Amino acid sequence: MPSPSPLSTRRVLASLALIATLGAGAGAAFAYTAGWLSPGRLTPQRVLDALDGPAGPTPGYRRNHAKGICFTGLFESNGAGQTISRAALFTSGQYPALGRFNLGTTDPTAADGAVRVRGIGLQIVGPHGATWRSAMINAPVFAVATPQGFHDLQVAAHSDTPGAMAAFAQRHPEFHAFASWAASAPWTGSYAETAFNSLDSFIFSDADGRDHAVRWSLLPVAPVTDITRGDLEALGPNHLEQEIATRVAAAPQRWRLVVTLANDGDQTADPTQAWPEGRRTLEVGTLVVQRIEAERDGPCRDITFDPTILPDGMRVSDDPLPAARSAAYARSYNLRTAEADQYPHHLPAAPEPAR
Amino acid sequence: MTRDATTFSPLQRLLHWAMAMAVIAMLFIGVGMVSTLAPPYLPLLATHKTLGVAILMLALLRLALRLRRGAPALPADLPTPMRLAAQLSHHALYALMIGMPLIGWAMMSTAGYPIVLLGHVRLPPILPQNDTLHTVFWLAHVTLAFAFFALILMHAAAALFHLLIRRDGVFESMAPIARREEG
Repeated sequence: MPSPSPLSTRRVLASLALIATLGAGAGAAFAYTAGWLSPGRLTPQRVLDALDGPAGPTPGYRRNHAKGICFTGLFESNGAGQTISRAALFTSGQYPALGRFNLGTTDPTAADGAVRVRGIGLQIVGPHGATWRSAMINAPVFAVATPQGFHDLQVAAHSDTPGAMAAFAQRHPEFHAFASWAASAPWTGSYAETAFNSLDSFIFSDADGRDHAVRWSLLPVAPVTDITRGDLEALGPNHLEQEIATRVAAAPQRWRLVVTLANDGDQTADPTQAWPEGRRTLEVGTLVVQRIEAERDGPCRDITFDPTILPDGMRVSDDPLPAARSAAYARSYNLRTAEADQYPHHLPAAPEPAR
Repeated sequence: MTRDATTFSPLQRLLHWAMAMAVIAMLFIGVGMVSTLAPPYLPLLATHKTLGVAILMLALLRLALRLRRGAPALPADLPTPMRLAAQLSHHALYALMIGMPLIGWAMMSTAGYPIVLLGHVRLPPILPQNDTLHTVFWLAHVTLAFAFFALILMHAAAALFHLLIRRDGVFESMAPIARREEG
């Protein structure tokens, strides 16, 4: 390398200024991408903050659906699902299932009768470890159509401003169907008598590469007895966990997994809108809950029921909520596992069986 | 073709610039995806995991090349603090190129996530689920990502300092386009 001729001071300063400018530009682009320059961006943390409300989170617990009880069992696939998805867990056979019955509340001590939404988180592990996770609720439609709507609903629900919920409902007419279900649907006294729905739409791909837009439901095999909220409250604040533990100890409990197929032209982006009656359905197997597991130190605490964890043969649709749920669940997981020392591990785990 | 001892080999340069683009893309994808709930979150996450594995493999190849072929000597008149900074930062860059993908993989493993790359390629977990370890890896992945970005900025600034001000051939030794033959 020939030695360079000396640079003028001016040239050195210009070069340094260029280097500084490029560095600052790169730093600004990074900060913008990270959202630091956009306080209005809806981040996973903002959704969790909205869920918690002014009281803040309960450390160590899931940020939503905090009250629940874990189970293990089987998914008995009947093979019918192979006509609509090449997912290997639709071939006839039995595959291990892990799941969690839960209540749609951020309060792990909420009384059962105080919570309208019941959920089930489910993981089915198919051949060669291909994993399907799902989280469903008992409502027939979802409350909101977008992550922003979900955020705004939580803000309104926690608001001290009179009429905040009414104002939310007025701005979000899509909330109406959910609200009327919540106000009028009968209750049941058991998770085993509860139906759970995916609500979000997904795309199944069959072995020939054809796509099928679907939603699915877990329909209880147990006979369903409708009760009122007052009846449930009279059974006690933790009746549901005690009851399912007793019921499963006596005999495995079953739900039929029924897939509903969209017709051409049915929208898939909006889970607040049910598909019209008369859509083709396909029963693809049965969930068998064999054992109630300890919630506190059990296997459900280890994972998120992230609905975008899908085996080959399933994928998300244009519904924006599964991606948002995935991002928010991951944030919730990172926080609650970091707070694990504040979680009451090793307290009595399984609920006392109801008498 | 004669090898010029003052430059890295063409393969080393190709790896350097390909990985530069991949690592910078990785850092932007990373900070972008964890701050959004929008539908691109999912393809960004899948890309992040896939690119991470690619970077890990390329970094190991590059480390092997570096150990075998070495690097051109730094200019003899480079002041000792700059020489030290160059050597330390290069060690740190290698450590991060190899360490960050492994930490990310460990973070996913200790969270019990299936590790699925683009094209439904599944990787095994490298550790069992564990809350404490997950927290360590999560905080390390986030913290080191910012350190990595800062280090890349310093590395680029130093490269430009060599190119524009010292004009000592250090930039040219790794330039994306080979120098014209001299003499």
